[in-house]
Amino acid sequence: MLTIIPQFIIGATDLTAAFLFMYGLKRMSSPVTAPSGIMVAGVGMLVAVLASFLYAFDIGASAKPHLLVNLGLAIIALVIGGGVAWWSGKKVAMTSMPQMVAIYNGMGGGAAGAIAAVELFGNKADGVTQLAVTLIGALIGAVSLSGSLIAWAKLDGVIKKPLRIRGQQAFNGLVAIVTLGVGGYIVFVTRSGATPLIPMPDLIYLFFGCALAFGVLMTLPIGGADMPVVISIYNAFTGLAVGLEGFVLQNPALMIAGMVVGAAGMLLTLLMAKAMNRSVNNILFTNFGVATKHKQGDIKGSLKPVEAGDAGIFMRYASSVIIVPGYGLAVAQGQQKLYEFVKLLQAAGVSVKFAVHPVAGRMPGQMDVLLAEAGVPYDLIFQLEDINDDFANTDVALVIGANDVVNPAARTDKASPIFGMPILNADKAKKVYVVKRGQGKGYAGIVNALFYGDNCNMVYGDAAAVLTKMIEAVRALGTKAAA
Amino acid sequence: MQFSIAISGFVALYIFMLAAFAGWVIIGHVPAILHTPLMSGSNFVHGIVVVGGIFALLNASTILEQGIGFFAVLLGAGNAAGGFAVTHRMLAMFQPSEHKPAHAKHGHHKASHSGKA
Repeated sequence: MLTIIPQFIIGATDLTAAFLFMYGLKRMSSPVTAPSGIMVAGVGMLVAVLASFLYAFDIGASAKPHLLVNLGLAIIALVIGGGVAWWSGKKVAMTSMPQMVAIYNGMGGGAAGAIAAVELFGNKADGVTQLAVTLIGALIGAVSLSGSLIAWAKLDGVIKKPLRIRGQQAFNGLVAIVTLGVGGYIVFVTRSGATPLIPMPDLIYLFFGCALAFGVLMTLPIGGADMPVVISIYNAFTGLAVGLEGFVLQNPALMIAGMVVGAAGMLLTLLMAKAMNRSVNNILFTNFGVATKHKQGDIKGSLKPVEAGDAGIFMRYASSVIIVPGYGLAVAQGQQKLYEFVKLLQAAGVSVKFAVHPVAGRMPGQMDVLLAEAGVPYDLIFQLEDINDDFANTDVALVIGANDVVNPAARTDKASPIFGMPILNADKAKKVYVVKRGQGKGYAGIVNALFYGDNCNMVYGDAAAVLTKMIEAVRALGTKAAA
Repeated sequence: MQFSIAISGFVALYIFMLAAFAGWVIIGHVPAILHTPLMSGSNFVHGIVVVGGIFALLNASTILEQGIGFFAVLLGAGNAAGGFAVTHRMLAMFQPSEHKPAHAKHGHHKASHSGKA
């Protein structure tokens, strides 16, 4: 009798949470309603976590003597885990966002794996289906944990180069087979009651060890440029693992939330891969950069450097400017300066728009966040398909810290590794200024024909410093006019 | 009255199928501008795993289970709290132009930004 009321409350809050998660995600699909969307989902999380303490009324007999200790441990874990993550989430720089998402995602995968481990060590799963689902969830969660940590290390620069060895794929395949084999053996031993070759706990350790190793091995050979897609895949993996463990624990809120994220993450991954003109298979199992040693197409023309101030004044007297920001802008921390410059242009009557490539930044959509952080209103920010036709009617395209996403080779040069990738048609503008640190190549290591075009001038220097000079030049005009 | 939940076989598959479909449809309508907050937002949503962690920990009866259960709650709480913090921070930054309807596209901004903006 005592358990009915807590059961009802848990059931009702989990139902509410599942609804709030989906409604919240739905609201996140437009910039207008998005901030309220995350609040809605947050409320769902809060009530679900609070209600979960009511499980204390309905626990197994063997756990009863430990209840007080376990309750204390749960509260300590919530406070420490939640507190540290909250604090780090509040202070992390927007440029480091991909790494941070990778870590939080790995934590979720680890939690799903740990839940599976508790079920396995306690021999709590009943039936082949439950046991198999526990193991599959554990495998996916563990791969997501170790893979996300490698992705973090790569994005944070801890691991600088992709690690590739001969026969790597065969070796990875072998590890995968061994993991699945151990998992199958665990099911067999548990169901048949046979004495395992090695003690059960050791089998479980071996299973998790192999799964974690597989996550590391799978992620190591993938290049840094592909990490966002990899994080997105692991995000979907964690969702899937959470959904599967939700089935094992008979908790529909976990099942629904996990599977919604699993499907959403998979779709997001496909969208990102499409924007980069790569297939997910290609990213996971082939090594980017191997094919880049083709001979460059003959590029005519020369690089024509100009002073930052002159470029700034030219834009002041243009009627329309489209800005193509890239990750180089964020590295130079130039977003604030850029928006300051844009406001000067707008004050002078110039129409200014931002054109953001889907993969600008280290993570799709990251450039939009970085611009928003600098105060750029979202209605000035346009996506590739909405603005690409406008370049031909635009006086100036200002490319700052972007390279591969405006490389016309993607349209014409079949031998180029980025051939077929949708690009921003900056080269079609009447005048192009490219702000760049030096004469180096882009992330993909390809020469950019745009820079050699007749309508293009190079402005060399750190993006923030160049923008400061542009601002000064335009301001000086204003004071002269006033005097 | 019975409020305990038993999900097995096809019922589980129905839940998974409908949830997956819902996720697919919801995300399909998100503009590219919101991809990063969305990834982090969906990352936050699977932080619900912390609830499973609490369940596992409260039902733990050995030191090993308690240890792993503690770990599960710790990581799950990190996932949820961190995911919320970064998503909320990012979404709060998206602001429309002043004096301007939010959905006006391809408009010229000269008139509305009279000098200061």
